[in-house]
Amino acid sequence: MSKGVLEVRDLQKSFGAVTAAQDISVTVPEGGVYSLIGTNGAGKTTFVNMVTGYIKPDSGTINFGNRNIAGMAPRQITRMGIHRSFQIAQLCNELTVEENMLVADAIHGRSGPSFLRRAHSAEARERAIATLERFNIAEHRDRLVPELSGGVKKLLDIAMAMAGDTQIMLLDEPTSGVAADEKFPIMDLVMEALRSTGVTIIFVEHDMDIVTRYSERVLAFYDGRIIADDAPGEVLSDPEVQRYVTGAPA
Amino acid sequence: MRSNLILAAVVAFVVLAAGSVILPDWAMFLFAMALAKGLVCLGIVGMMRGGVVSFGQGLYYCLGAYTATLVANSFGVSDIFVLTLLSSAVCLLVGMAFGPLLSSYRGIFFAMLSLALSMVLYGSLSKMSVIGGTDGLNIAAPTFLGWAPEGRTLQTALYIYVVAIVVIAGALMRIYFDSERGLITLATRDNELRVEYLGASVRNVMTYNYVFGAVLGGIGGTIAALALGHVDPEFAFWTTSGEFVFVAILAGYLSVPAVFVAAIILEMVRSFSNLYFPNTWQLALGIFLLIVIVVLPNGLGSLVNRRKGNAA
Amino acid sequence: MDLAATILVDGLIYAGWLFIVSVGLTLVFGVLNILNIAHGSLYAIGAYASASMVGAYFALGGEAYPYGSYVAMILAAVLVALVIGPLLERGLLRFFYGRDEVLNVLVTYAVFLILEDIMKLIWGVNPYFVYEPYTLLGDVEIGPLFYVGYDFAVIAAAIIVGLAVWLSLNKTRTGKVVLAVIHDSEMSQTMGVNVQRIYLAAFMAGTFLAALGGALTAPMISVTPGLGVNVVIVAFAVVIIGGLGSVPGAAIGALMVGISRAASVHLMPEAELFIIYFVMAIVLLFRPEGLFAKTQARKI
Repeated sequence: MSKGVLEVRDLQKSFGAVTAAQDISVTVPEGGVYSLIGTNGAGKTTFVNMVTGYIKPDSGTINFGNRNIAGMAPRQITRMGIHRSFQIAQLCNELTVEENMLVADAIHGRSGPSFLRRAHSAEARERAIATLERFNIAEHRDRLVPELSGGVKKLLDIAMAMAGDTQIMLLDEPTSGVAADEKFPIMDLVMEALRSTGVTIIFVEHDMDIVTRYSERVLAFYDGRIIADDAPGEVLSDPEVQRYVTGAPA
Repeated sequence: MRSNLILAAVVAFVVLAAGSVILPDWAMFLFAMALAKGLVCLGIVGMMRGGVVSFGQGLYYCLGAYTATLVANSFGVSDIFVLTLLSSAVCLLVGMAFGPLLSSYRGIFFAMLSLALSMVLYGSLSKMSVIGGTDGLNIAAPTFLGWAPEGRTLQTALYIYVVAIVVIAGALMRIYFDSERGLITLATRDNELRVEYLGASVRNVMTYNYVFGAVLGGIGGTIAALALGHVDPEFAFWTTSGEFVFVAILAGYLSVPAVFVAAIILEMVRSFSNLYFPNTWQLALGIFLLIVIVVLPNGLGSLVNRRKGNAA
Repeated sequence: MDLAATILVDGLIYAGWLFIVSVGLTLVFGVLNILNIAHGSLYAIGAYASASMVGAYFALGGEAYPYGSYVAMILAAVLVALVIGPLLERGLLRFFYGRDEVLNVLVTYAVFLILEDIMKLIWGVNPYFVYEPYTLLGDVEIGPLFYVGYDFAVIAAAIIVGLAVWLSLNKTRTGKVVLAVIHDSEMSQTMGVNVQRIYLAAFMAGTFLAALGGALTAPMISVTPGLGVNVVIVAFAVVIIGGLGSVPGAAIGALMVGISRAASVHLMPEAELFIIYFVMAIVLLFRPEGLFAKTQARKI
């Protein structure tokens, strides 16, 4: 199935006197790996929230699959293939790891979730375990969410987001809340699991090592605008970026 | 797995039906009422699995009871199957009307809004003297596809009928709870945001559960009215709804049989208290409820069906 | 014009009563985050206590100073607050702080059931009549209609109570601390506020106000079991309309419900019993949290 191009044009968003997004325009090609950097409040999260339907932009368009998805409900945007993971892992705390995955799969089932088909059927469990194995967390399948480490929770959060026909994956700070020595192993795992499906990846990150290592292209945000849109090397050596984002000495 | 459920249902039916032979009249009546009310509580449990507690199921209990009574009295319909079907249909429609509205609310507001709706019905019926006002109405004994039993036979027939309905409804709800949509309901209770972002409609989840609760409430009310031979606006009063919630809390949301066991326990406590300690049955109930909340936060069902989850 | 005036006066009288009965409920929710169903029982206990106190007062020769019966009534409410307040709060409710709101409703529902029967055990099931205080203030003539003076005294009491609560919350130091606890009890605790004491004080105040409602009502009715059952549900409606935790909201809610009910009684009597819940349902449809809901900051 062909994945689509995400085309964002002239997005604007203000919250009262605060301008969270100004003239945001970017085109993300199929299968690309983009990262978004910027300090807190620069507008990266607003951007992600507008693309995934949490916020409605004041003006501008977000084109995907020949439709303008700006202002659509998150549920609809997900159904179109734009999925996201969360900065703080959004999981079902009273369910096991396997059950969380079963929920994700059930919602994306062939003919929609059923009133009759058993949630814990052998077939469904097989499918869920397969996804969990891709993310190397199948060993935790019977554990409850509160018992998991930060890294495993993040992986589950991302695994769940992969359920269904994912075309674009937005990862919101995939390594935040993860122990320093786990960051690279987790990113390796995630990128491998995602790249193999040809999914377009956009991730928000604060860790520049991760940005350099995994992204093909970097978007730097400052004060609601995109101040750089280029390969990682170019962006990180850009003086404006160094001044407003990374703080590296000029 | 399905065969296990069918087996369990058959066993339950046989065991409960045996009551018609073993139990004395007063006990059979008590069980019939308890099971009828248990249906309403089953609906509340279905909604609790989605994270909301309805304090107004009396609305449908009363609506079903009055529908059956008015149809029986105005059109001379006495067939229990027809009456049950009609009440279910009315409650289905009303449930579908209110469900989407109520599905926007949670916590205290859902509880209070559902309560308000039931009190609106209570208030309206109390003032409608043309249909009995606060005195209510009487309803004639039901017939069963042409057969018109009397006396103990009638009681037995009614009892077997409610046992059958309970077993069927219980089995169907168990299938629903174990289904994909049932698991999504549990997920909704836990993390609505995630469920929406996964692509499901939380509004739909809540509405379905509400509508199922409405239909179950209506069926329960119909049978109760027929067993009592009488219906009055108290069916919709908030204290009636409060008792249904009590049973649902006592039962927990993990086990379907627990709902009916809890309902029977309540009726038994009520009967014995009324007989021997007429001024303290609410006291007993209150203490009982506190103990359950503290000791068994997941209800009686957690004794049998140990879900690994933690308490509220 | 007469009809409108009648509705207004009736509405205000009912609103005054509603406010006194409801403000304690909203205060307790605002501070402790508990929607107290037992509020209805506290009201009823206030009524019974008041009936007993007034009865005792007149039995002990209070005929000479009949206005002393009002003191007896208020004293009854104070006693109820002093005895039952700490018993309930320290003895039971404090174990449930921070738990799910609906769970706490169930806890207070259990308390309600228990108190209903305790009242029967203490006061029996026969009605109590203490009408003397009701007749003491004579009648008031407005146009062609006669109103009982006592009813207007209730309005006055409502205004006094409202001002007292508002002033103590907004103009005293303790009051401001209470407001801080309403907004964020965890933060207040880290600032050194003895939150436990505030909770106890707030609950006792709420109990007093509930009991006061009952105490003031006792002379107007026959005090019987089940008194609290109807009252708590009406108080809920008022508090939900006004917004949980908002004292001005309770006042507005009381006015809306009072006038709606008065209008209904005169214009459409069949609607009298449910107009309150109807208004509540309508308000919730447009303002899902009530008119002046406590602002809940989202902590992420």
